[in-house]
Amino acid sequence: MSISIDQGKCIGCRRCHDVCPGTLIKINENKKAFIKYPKDCWGCTSCIKECPVHAISFFLGEDIGGKGCKVHTEKVKGEKNDIVRWFFELNDGSVKTIDIDPKESNKY
Amino acid sequence: MKIERLKTDLLIIGGGTAGCYAAITAASNAAGKNAAGNKGAGVQDAVGLKILVVEKANIKRSGCLAAGVNALNAYITEGRTPRDYVEYAKKDADGIVREDLLYSISEKINEVTAHLERLGLVILKDKDGKYVTRGNRNIKINGENIKPILAAAVAKAPNVQVLNHVNIFDFSVHDNRIDGAFGFGIENDTFYAIEARAVIVATGGAAGLYRPNNPGFSRHKMWYPPFNTGAGYAMGIRHGAEMTTFEMRFIALRCKDTIAPTGTLAQGVGAKQVNALGEVYETKYGISTSERVYGTVAENLEGRGPCYLRTVGITPEQEESLLKAYLNMAPSQTIRWIENDTPSKANVEIEGTEPYIVGGHTASGYWVDTKRATTIEGLYAAGDVVGGAPQKYVTGALAEGEIAAKSAVEYIESLSALRQAQGPDISSVNLLKKNSEGEIAEHVAEIEKFLNNKNGADTAESLEEAMQAAMDTYAGGIKTGYRYSENQLAIARREIEKIEARVGDLHADDLQEVMYIYELKERLTVCKSVIAHLAARHETRWHSFAENTDYPEKDNERFRKYVNSRLENGQIKIILRELTAEGQRNYEHQH
Repeated sequence: MSISIDQGKCIGCRRCHDVCPGTLIKINENKKAFIKYPKDCWGCTSCIKECPVHAISFFLGEDIGGKGCKVHTEKVKGEKNDIVRWFFELNDGSVKTIDIDPKESNKY
Repeated sequence: MKIERLKTDLLIIGGGTAGCYAAITAASNAAGKNAAGNKGAGVQDAVGLKILVVEKANIKRSGCLAAGVNALNAYITEGRTPRDYVEYAKKDADGIVREDLLYSISEKINEVTAHLERLGLVILKDKDGKYVTRGNRNIKINGENIKPILAAAVAKAPNVQVLNHVNIFDFSVHDNRIDGAFGFGIENDTFYAIEARAVIVATGGAAGLYRPNNPGFSRHKMWYPPFNTGAGYAMGIRHGAEMTTFEMRFIALRCKDTIAPTGTLAQGVGAKQVNALGEVYETKYGISTSERVYGTVAENLEGRGPCYLRTVGITPEQEESLLKAYLNMAPSQTIRWIENDTPSKANVEIEGTEPYIVGGHTASGYWVDTKRATTIEGLYAAGDVVGGAPQKYVTGALAEGEIAAKSAVEYIESLSALRQAQGPDISSVNLLKKNSEGEIAEHVAEIEKFLNNKNGADTAESLEEAMQAAMDTYAGGIKTGYRYSENQLAIARREIEKIEARVGDLHADDLQEVMYIYELKERLTVCKSVIAHLAARHETRWHSFAENTDYPEKDNERFRKYVNSRLENGQIKIILRELTAEGQRNYEHQH
């Protein structure tokens, strides 16, 4: 699994670069973030949670059953507090979402 | 490259779970003394004790908990006692544990959990406000942001400085006493020589020694952080620190391909381990951590694979909760389900990972006393680098961070007291020994050599793959069903030495690539210790974790002992030590 960064959306804030536990994300001469070592990504999704403009998505490699689905998260207003919405953009163009309330624990 | 010299009282290497908690504890300990106005012999030095955390990534999202964690697996639930926890860990490791270490952890894990909740961790509670438990030792949390919570607490702690993106690769040790460490900035072209009065090593365990499950594009989709290279082990080994139980490797039973956790399925929805015929096999081989892996390997070898966790038939509500739970710790599994069959429709295939060396699940690491002092004076250890105390998990790592921090502060105070009693010029106290110019120059020259070497046939990546292939084939990797023999280990040893001899010619474009070379060196050092330990335990006590085909039976008479090691004159010397006594609460190093 690895990530891809949409350079059109990237605003060069460097937050993804700062948090990557493998320091795998670098900044190019146009001040845009790019993943220099895509095979070394652990899939922790730290960068995705940091990105303020949803420019980063992640995917499963085909070698481990990936079929092109791209995933990112967005913070959205909930009834009481912000919730994290996960977007799954499937290969057939459909989008599925799952909401996680950070104030609620896992059931399992 | 620029050379920067830093001075601190307490240096913490590694800002993961244990390292962050050590920093918080040390800061509040020193501050507490300050507030009390305690100025007893030498204690004034503890007031405003300077603490420096050095981390090769960024403490906000570094180490094992970068992606989060969805349960705390070491907690004393209502009706249970610390003794129960010790007994459980002891049984799972078939006796080869340090009870003193386990006790000191189990008596603190509830307290550190309460502290984490105060810091902002969300823990599931019932209507009476009690934590909801999962099994006998676990509680359910929303731990996606556990690392940012710890990092925020470090940022608020007084007198703590954090140096992110600096890779420490060597200790400064003189006369078996640590006085600092050396490192370099991954992105700022700077060499760091850090002087310290005491050091806590909290660098985690070692991944990437063996060929991984998915060696291609997804090679880093593994159980343990691929960035944990065994740096702390390697630095200690090279300076002669005693190590323990490196032969008790950890192999995780995981969801196939995504290498996502299985415990949430087994304990959350009660999914049983079944073979391809649908037979429940988990009870046939035993239910200890190693037996669960071994059973799965055995079923495959005997033609009844693949194996699964039986999830078919779970309710839609259960399925929805599972998808969410995995998003909080291993999001790849949720994608896998969304792109393929969901767990209510298809059982989840499971497999064993490649072996790892860790002290938090199994028991590999520094040989420490109860205060977490290593055998190098002034060097303390916490978390996955500490041996002898398996099943410590997140809360155990926090507890050890606290214990190591208190011990290190106490040690610094004793140095100050000694200095005050004897005057500042007593050489035997050897305070803040200057990192010698010669050592700095040598290290800088080595780094520059890698930057100036010509591009050759070998790369850090190709040699890492060669190392992983050798370990996989000859030191009990996935390829051999985790089994090895003395003959095979001898080949592994020779192969690793041959690879080691080629490292000096590697070329690096920048300091990140220099880091990759040092990480390779660290892994090779750890590999040699693993091989020596596997060869020294002439028995099979833990199936799969240490499956010695020359000695397929358990031998309590000769090997109900710790296998320890120490590097002496370049050779790994094996030391068999007697187990600590039943119920023993305190262990001191013998000098």
